Amino acid sequence: MFEKILIANRGEIAIRVIRACKELGIRTVAICSEIDRDALHVLFADERVVVGPADNALSYRNILNIVSAASVTGAEAIHPGYGFLAENPRFAEICESCGITFIGPRHATISQMGDKATAKILMEAAGVPVIPGSKGLLPDDDDEITALADKVGYPLIVKASSGGGGRGMRVVREAESLIDSVHAARKESAAAFGDDGVYLERFFPDARHVEVQIMADHHGTVVHLGERDCSVQRRNQKLIEESPSPAVDKALRTRMTDAAVAAAVSVDYRNAGTVEFLLAPDGNFYFIEMNTRIQVEHPVTEMVTGLDLIKEQIRIAAGEKLSFAQKDVHFRGHAIECRINAEDPDTFMPSLGIISWYHPPGGPSVRVDSAAYTNYAVPPQYDSMVAKVIVHADTRQEAIVRMVRALEEIVLDGIRTTVPLYLEVLDDEVFRKGIYSTRYLEEFLARKRERQAQDDRVRAAGKRKGPAPAGKPKGPPRAPRAKP
Amino acid sequence: MDLKEIKELISYLESTGFAEVEVEGGEVRVRVVRHSPPPQAQTPAAQAAPAAQGAQPESRGGYEVRIPPPAEPGRVITSPIVGTFYRSPAPDKPPYVEVGSVIKKGQVICIVEAMKLMNEIESELEGRVTSFLVDDGEPVEFGQPLMRVEP
Repeated sequence: MFEKILIANRGEIAIRVIRACKELGIRTVAICSEIDRDALHVLFADERVVVGPADNALSYRNILNIVSAASVTGAEAIHPGYGFLAENPRFAEICESCGITFIGPRHATISQMGDKATAKILMEAAGVPVIPGSKGLLPDDDDEITALADKVGYPLIVKASSGGGGRGMRVVREAESLIDSVHAARKESAAAFGDDGVYLERFFPDARHVEVQIMADHHGTVVHLGERDCSVQRRNQKLIEESPSPAVDKALRTRMTDAAVAAAVSVDYRNAGTVEFLLAPDGNFYFIEMNTRIQVEHPVTEMVTGLDLIKEQIRIAAGEKLSFAQKDVHFRGHAIECRINAEDPDTFMPSLGIISWYHPPGGPSVRVDSAAYTNYAVPPQYDSMVAKVIVHADTRQEAIVRMVRALEEIVLDGIRTTVPLYLEVLDDEVFRKGIYSTRYLEEFLARKRERQAQDDRVRAAGKRKGPAPAGKPKGPPRAPRAKP
Repeated sequence: MDLKEIKELISYLESTGFAEVEVEGGEVRVRVVRHSPPPQAQTPAAQAAPAAQGAQPESRGGYEVRIPPPAEPGRVITSPIVGTFYRSPAPDKPPYVEVGSVIKKGQVICIVEAMKLMNEIESELEGRVTSFLVDDGEPVEFGQPLMRVEP
């Protein structure tokens, strides 16, 4: 087992890893940028190395300084957390060649799964369902394009192969508009990316995002730890995650987890990973991508399985066999996580500032993973998540009630946060029913705007119809407080 | 020197009963002084009625933290990378600079070794080296002061 680990990250995930190390009797080295000297992860660790200035490219992603920091402190392994260098195959390779264990999969696996096209081909070969699409780039012949589109099925998207950011994309709902859309997408792609190569993919407008957690040791054992539903998103950023998924029954769970394990086995996966699927309303699911790292929402799985995923990661990296078999994995109850961001709950603009008073919620089955503390200045250079609140209960309904209770308790004065938004979502009938897609939040916000517009019209007309306009959910009464 | 370290110095004073401690770390020197409240007159009246303090000036215990300006004027050269500091290019060679050496901008003044690569560190300052702030062979972090240079 390692005697010392360097954590190549910051914030709540760095603290999470440090906690696992402490319980395993492993000494910890924190790295930080110059502005993070008073960050909580630095205060928790046994040693600290400043690795660069505030700019994360020069500090938290500074491979040379980070590897050097491990070397001068004698750290035998590096845990990369998530983000930053966690899925950088070069970093993983450099660690290995310097005799430092990278806590994660092999660098070749990170490379393969990091390239969406390669990953899709590998998954198809492994028998994992993938999103139907055309292979390679579209030919120029209109008849060939039409035939390919018929095979893919409608609705579909024409996508630019060099593309991103939504450009060079066109949704096509029926065959009549196909050829025009292909031409338009080609033109846009050539203008934006200098290359008019496009391909087709089926479009699922009402799908859910359901992912499966897997864990593999270096001795050939691969297990799954169930699924997480992450359909409440804004602009592809997850906001609320839960396990189990309200849309997955036992039979579907078996099919999805079997596919995820097959995916991992096919690439000789090691350590923790997540296979992301798109779950269509008809019950079919398709591979989106594989995340070759521990994820932000891992606590949701920890709460329903009772396992410590970070400790398992460390043990696996140290060469130990997985401490449990698939038959030992039991799922109990329901867990929900809310990511609390330092953002205005209406506009989502970052809310910078000093947290003048921080008080996390507590009580039964409430977990908070956070690097916040009173008088902490949220740095603008890094992501805006200030805390994760996770709850567990016997049923989804009880978990929702518990989360509402926890969010009404949390104090994060001095900054604006997304807590009020979550309280509204948790109170929403559609969310409570559990039947929605990844467009849920967009639709919720549209309904909210419509309700507010309606209330404004009513007020303007000078008449009161129906119940009074809904204001913000009532928070707990705040007792006058002394400075901590 | 950060808040955690200053709090540790205060704890140190409390546990040892000392009245003052001064610590120098790299570029920074900090002195922490404990002020005891002046002793109360030990009369039964004063003990019995601690609220009646009108006759005595208000007394306060507490700590004062003084961070004096650096004793010597000048500026510091800091490490641009993480690694191990060496004063000479090799163990059997003389150091690049000594205390008193006059250095120019761009001149190689030390080595910071990172992952077996010997990185020659060039000075951004001109002047006379007045002191070294790290020892030969000591690990250094980004931004750590290496030597003081007087213009």
